Amino acid sequence: MSETIRDSVKAFVVENFLFGDTSHELDGTASLIENGVIDSTGVLELVAFIEDRYGITVADADIVPANLDSLDRISAFIASKLAAPVTA
Amino acid sequence: MCGFGGYFGAVRDGRELLERMTAAIAHRGPDERGLFTTKDAGLGHARLSIVGLGDGQQPMSDATGELTIAFNGEIFNYVELREQLRAKGHRFRTSSDTEVILHLYEEMGEDCLSVLNGDFAFALWDGRRRRMVLARDRMGVRPLFYTRQDGRFYFGSEVKALLQVPGVSAEIDPLALDQIFTLWAPIAPRTAFRDIFELEPAHLMIVQEGSVSTRPYWSLDYPDRDAPSRHTDERAAAEELRALLTEATRIRMRADVPVGSYLSGGLDSSITSALAAGMAPGGLRTFSVTFDSAEHDESAFQMEMARALGTQHSSVACGEGDIAAVFPDVIRFTERPILRTAPAPLFKLSGLVREAGLKVVLTGEGADEVFAGYDIFKEARVRRFCGRQPGSRIRPHLFRKLYPYLPGLRQQSAEYLASFFGAGGAALDDPLFSHRPRFDGTAATKLFFSGDLRATLSGYDAAEELVSRLPEAFSRWHPLHQAQYLEARFLLPGYILSSQGDRMAMAHGIEGRFPFLDHQLVEFAAGLPPEMKLKGLVEKHILREATKDLLPPSISRRAKQPYRAPDSHSFVGAGAADYVQAAMGEAQVAAGGLFNPKAVAKLHEKCSTRPASGFRDNAAFVGILSTQLWLQTFTGTSGRRSEAA
Repeated sequence: MSETIRDSVKAFVVENFLFGDTSHELDGTASLIENGVIDSTGVLELVAFIEDRYGITVADADIVPANLDSLDRISAFIASKLAAPVTA
Repeated sequence: MCGFGGYFGAVRDGRELLERMTAAIAHRGPDERGLFTTKDAGLGHARLSIVGLGDGQQPMSDATGELTIAFNGEIFNYVELREQLRAKGHRFRTSSDTEVILHLYEEMGEDCLSVLNGDFAFALWDGRRRRMVLARDRMGVRPLFYTRQDGRFYFGSEVKALLQVPGVSAEIDPLALDQIFTLWAPIAPRTAFRDIFELEPAHLMIVQEGSVSTRPYWSLDYPDRDAPSRHTDERAAAEELRALLTEATRIRMRADVPVGSYLSGGLDSSITSALAAGMAPGGLRTFSVTFDSAEHDESAFQMEMARALGTQHSSVACGEGDIAAVFPDVIRFTERPILRTAPAPLFKLSGLVREAGLKVVLTGEGADEVFAGYDIFKEARVRRFCGRQPGSRIRPHLFRKLYPYLPGLRQQSAEYLASFFGAGGAALDDPLFSHRPRFDGTAATKLFFSGDLRATLSGYDAAEELVSRLPEAFSRWHPLHQAQYLEARFLLPGYILSSQGDRMAMAHGIEGRFPFLDHQLVEFAAGLPPEMKLKGLVEKHILREATKDLLPPSISRRAKQPYRAPDSHSFVGAGAADYVQAAMGEAQVAAGGLFNPKAVAKLHEKCSTRPASGFRDNAAFVGILSTQLWLQTFTGTSGRRSEAA
């Protein structure tokens, strides 16, 4: 599952922020901000993608670099949200 | 205000060449044309008559015929200089400021530059010493370009003039492109054109047989961080500032034609307009741009200020489609790729002034550099504040206060705000500390560079080159002064005064004058303690104090509203201009060889379908489009008529 999520996230990042440029080294742990891949508007685009693609809600408190600033972190964050029980 | 071109060296058919060079820049001087040739030098001049209407023809020679000058700009203190020269026995044949330079040169040689207060570029042929003296004003208001071809030296007010020289062709300089896509402007003397250079602001160049020498005659300098300031009394400093600014405005109202004023609705142009209104004998005319989008429009403030001053106010609307409609012309005049569309509305504004029959306007440009008005100065202060407590969840919220007009920031957490601005992780001793987030954010646009261009640029770092150009004293200055220097020494002449200033105004034969860039005011402001300029997070504090009686409180207390215009949104959608599709199309981009065609196609699609693009995407879109237009205009890559042809 996580591998699928990671592939999906990477495909989105490459397509939407790197415009299909696969020559860009995008290590799973690399910071998307520090590498100029994503800016403040890009973070909101990423959140919209996660919500649309996985049907989960990203709370304001979740929008932090610890959850979203690398492919690995994004994938883990999505996986944890999907695994969490839905609360009313 | 005018344009000129010329050469040093024996040139066959020199007069015909000068005719072509001046014709290429006729927009700068539509009123008269003049040529001067001698055995091994030539000068051509296109004149915009402002001072000495009937007797200021150029090129102008002295009584002996040994000194001849082609001059672009104004010497604002020419009245005082002329009186001093008369007292020394000089006799004047004209009422122009041009002749004052000739007499001053005769009296002082090239040291005459030290007493000129003005915005100027000139070429002076000294027949006795068989040398051409080229000079440019201190802050870089007026342009001057040069190149060498077949052992001869050529120069001109715009690159267009140089492209008339046989053998000189337009080719993009890849390093300049990297600099633009990192720093927003090339680092002078480099220009967008390979092997064509510009004389740096405050520099003098002497061209003679076998040698070309260049040296600065003035430099922007700040006190050492720990040096005691002579300005300890804020009230006294404000009074001195007011006196200097009033005098700077007064001598900039000198002209034999009416002088108008731009009025953006912000603090700076409101101040210059308010000062000028009391000095315009027939009443002041003011001019502004309005926007359809509320995000960019300041018309309410413009009208309030115009009413308060009683000026005859005119405005030009910049609506949907207007920026795209003029953008190809804008690039023809900037002569360099740009990352923002902000020059386009100013192109329309100078057209409005021309239609109104005026030739000269004051502008408030320069105040943000001189008195620390830009957000980037506050941003650097907040970043240092955050850096002292890297884990703080409270301090980064200050970034949101700095940029209330950026929707992408409003919804971000403290952690993200800190990350975006590099707070906490940035090296405090980095000489580019203040500008590093901007440079890094802009450099992200190079993602679109083609593989070939990346290979050509391999190992090149534009920011490092900028660091190499900093003066030795830089490290001893206060951080605010370091940041001010980066703006005033590089971005101001390289972009603000060029792409948004001289080139947009002169496209319609309009001369802009800049009271805030009077060198005596600049020197005074540089010596002020940093806290008088940026007080807490209030920008231009001392300027507000010095001028608060001139303006309604709603203007004098107004927070800085950066001048911006719609970017990629201007070029997409149902009414998109045909040329945009052509220029950004895969075939055209591939032919240019500078960008990755598939990535550009995706960017175009993204900006078309999701207009709320971020800074990187907007800057990349405008940068790529303007580069493609530059190629079409100057190299004829797309088959459009080349300027060089």
